[in-house]
Amino acid sequence: MTQPKQNLVIVGNGMAPGRMLEHLFELTDRFAVTIFNAEPRENYDRIMLSPVLSGEKTYDDIIIHNAQWYADHGITLHRGEKVVSIDRAARQVVSDKGTVATYDKLVIATGSAPFIIPVPGHDLPGVLAYRDLDDTDAMIAAAEKGGRAVVIGGGLLGLEAAAGLKSRGMEVTVLHLMPNLMERQLDPAAGYLLEKELTGRGIKVRCKANTKAILGSDRVEGVALEDGTVLDASLVVMAVGIRPNTELAKQAGLEVNRGIITDAHMRSSDPDILSVGECVEVGGMVYGLVAPLYDMAKIAAHTLADAQTRGFAHQETPTKLKVTGVNLYSVGDFGEGEGREDIILRDARRGTYKRVILQGDRIVGAVLYGDVTDGGWYNEMLRAGTDISAMRETLIFGQAHQGGGTFDPVAAAAALPDDAEICGCNGICKGQIVQAITDKGLSSLTEVRAHTKASASCGSCSGLVENLMAATLGAAFAKPAQEGICGCTPLGHGDIRRLIKAKALKSIPAVMQELEWATPEGCAKCRPALNYYLIADWPGEYEDDQQSRFINERVHANIQKDGTYSVVPRMWGGLTSVSELRAIADVAEKYDIPTIKVTGGQRIDLLGVRKEDLPAVWSELNDAGMISGAAYAKGLRTVKTCVGKEWCRFGTQDSTGLGVRLEQFLWGAWSPAKLKLAVTGCPRNCAEATCKDIGVICVDSGYQIVYGGAAGLHIQGTTELGSVKTEDEVIEVIGALTQMYREQGYYLERIYKWADRVGYDHIKSVIMDDAGQRRAYYERFVYSQSFAQIDPWAERVAGRFAHEFAPLTTLGKLEAAE
Amino acid sequence: MNIRSTNWIPVGSIHDIPRQGARCVKHGEMTIAIFRTADDRLFALEDRCPHRNGPLSQGIVHDGCVTCPLHNWVISLETGRAQGADEGQTATFPVRLEGDTVLLGL
Repeated sequence: MTQPKQNLVIVGNGMAPGRMLEHLFELTDRFAVTIFNAEPRENYDRIMLSPVLSGEKTYDDIIIHNAQWYADHGITLHRGEKVVSIDRAARQVVSDKGTVATYDKLVIATGSAPFIIPVPGHDLPGVLAYRDLDDTDAMIAAAEKGGRAVVIGGGLLGLEAAAGLKSRGMEVTVLHLMPNLMERQLDPAAGYLLEKELTGRGIKVRCKANTKAILGSDRVEGVALEDGTVLDASLVVMAVGIRPNTELAKQAGLEVNRGIITDAHMRSSDPDILSVGECVEVGGMVYGLVAPLYDMAKIAAHTLADAQTRGFAHQETPTKLKVTGVNLYSVGDFGEGEGREDIILRDARRGTYKRVILQGDRIVGAVLYGDVTDGGWYNEMLRAGTDISAMRETLIFGQAHQGGGTFDPVAAAAALPDDAEICGCNGICKGQIVQAITDKGLSSLTEVRAHTKASASCGSCSGLVENLMAATLGAAFAKPAQEGICGCTPLGHGDIRRLIKAKALKSIPAVMQELEWATPEGCAKCRPALNYYLIADWPGEYEDDQQSRFINERVHANIQKDGTYSVVPRMWGGLTSVSELRAIADVAEKYDIPTIKVTGGQRIDLLGVRKEDLPAVWSELNDAGMISGAAYAKGLRTVKTCVGKEWCRFGTQDSTGLGVRLEQFLWGAWSPAKLKLAVTGCPRNCAEATCKDIGVICVDSGYQIVYGGAAGLHIQGTTELGSVKTEDEVIEVIGALTQMYREQGYYLERIYKWADRVGYDHIKSVIMDDAGQRRAYYERFVYSQSFAQIDPWAERVAGRFAHEFAPLTTLGKLEAAE
Repeated sequence: MNIRSTNWIPVGSIHDIPRQGARCVKHGEMTIAIFRTADDRLFALEDRCPHRNGPLSQGIVHDGCVTCPLHNWVISLETGRAQGADEGQTATFPVRLEGDTVLLGL
């Protein structure tokens, strides 16, 4: 016979009680559960409100428990009913609609309320808090009308609100009382980088801004500051903090301070009443981040089930900002203090800042901006109190760069707790990955990506995910061997690129020295790769090392099997002219050039030129206005076009003109591998844009941009990147895409292989969906081009590297010595 | 058996040859490549890879070897022998320095 169930009543239906119930149902089925939810809906993921605001997710995406879940567990859910009183003697609660429920155990999970600054005008229509879905919906509705928004509060929530409103098209100003943004989580340097990033996205930031009044007669019209400034606003969002909702507990006579006081097992001063979530004060602390709230949930479930736990203990919780494209991680204590030491790594150009704060030989805090890959690792060491003295020198470079033979990355992955965040882009924890691997029998990284999304965005955690797989599957998982790029180093391309930036290495000898090359001078595989990485990473600073270039890129012509060269002048977009053709004919005649061939890239190849004739041939081609076609380059080759609407009866846009413009914009750029483009005037695709590295398909409504095609050893069609309306947008998108590839690609990795590696979705989200990042990539490309667009032929005609083209000497006929 | 004496012929200044690079000396039908390493050692090889006659002078110079530009054979500058699994040998010539002047022994 089954025992009669006990009544468990829960006041509040947020994330903490939701998680508590999940744990509870695993432990026992002894409770009949009744929930009162002041919001008229189910349990949803409150920390995902920002993606809802920005439009990246919908409400349905963030529901944690749907109606079916409540039904499956026999839960009585009173939606939109607020509990107004607790009668502890009668063990009853009463709702605002008069519903009465009797409890054996009661859980108060009333959460917190946003703090509204009591300035004049704070209650005008149009002043919102940012707390729940209703606030979010109200902001979305306000944003649809456009106009100006002022967000008061430059903390986590305020900035997420600002980014969301901006992406919904509003003009946004953030007012922050303190001298730097997110001062509780960031030090001034990281705050500065964040402010710069947000400003770059068009969000105005005013620090040290003290709000005096909110203006408006029947709805909000503006904000007045103490210093006299008045800002127009049709929407004001207050995000200055939260305070625990404790009124109900207070009325019931429970012990309340800032929050509802509980012991380490989440019991309030009445042992039959528990409390979880933001309304709780435990160990003198009140919490607002999700990790400790989930801890409380787990402990409360065990307490209800009479199961043992160690009880709640304070842990430092890392903070992340959920704004797409802003990578920011902070944990622990970063104030200066007696006995504190800092290790700092900065890279202004990339906008990277890493700071680890030590006390003695232990990490007490970390602030990462830009590159946050190692946040979890620092946090683990902070939590565990690891003695870092042995790796102090390399600590700041992160986990991947810890030499010492004792470091076992698989063991390190195995040692991570289940809630350790593995994939920052998608917010995936270790426990989720391990569960997916075991439940679904996953055995490859690709499968893990497909099922969990871990490492599916930027890919920087791929290695960690592989280590987790190795730790979970043991011998069953064959981790792809990490191979060095050549016999000179055990490092792969990704590590080398990262270290060049991290250590600011600006010459090939510096790379070889710092990264401990096994050979004194490298080899024909690694030297061209390093030369490219240095050119791409330090434009204007690094001087191209001619001796580390393959011959074709050194003499700017293509070596042929007999040691002669072929010469291909640029024909912009495949267009030529009478005078160009005449110059080509003259040159061919004058220098006995045996073969003239039309290439697949819509230009003319002169084959069989003697090396010593190259400067003279170029000189004559230069005189006719032609420059090197870079037909030899790991760089921009051609932009093929069709004749487009100028001539073609099907053409929709000026594909030839756009092709010429693109080629004139892109020429001279070095890239990891060759880069071929095409612009076709209509979807009939005469210019074959859909098998190019990057293609543009003109349509009536504008331009479709595609990329990642291949038509060599491997054949594949392109993938769509996105559509734009104007030629200027085509230029910006393709410039940004090219730069992203230039910064991330491995040497000799074609754009489709790079995209396969980092993910087409990720590239699209950066280039098409994130105007700030697109613009930044575009600008870096334009900056780099200012050093790259020098015709190598003209340079050499003028006498540079003359030694390349003449023999040292020609000996007369020697008498054979007898 | 012929006794051959070496003719030391001045072919140019060491400064005319780039470090980690080579310059050619035309000698009748033959081309000889004079290599200069990063540490200023000089080597002379016939400018012809034993594999498919590629011009070694155009290759990347590294660690006492040159990689042929045509098919990436790696040839020892000292012995002219192909390295690794490849087999073949290119003719080598004595070369020395007098002051800045490069002398090629033919």
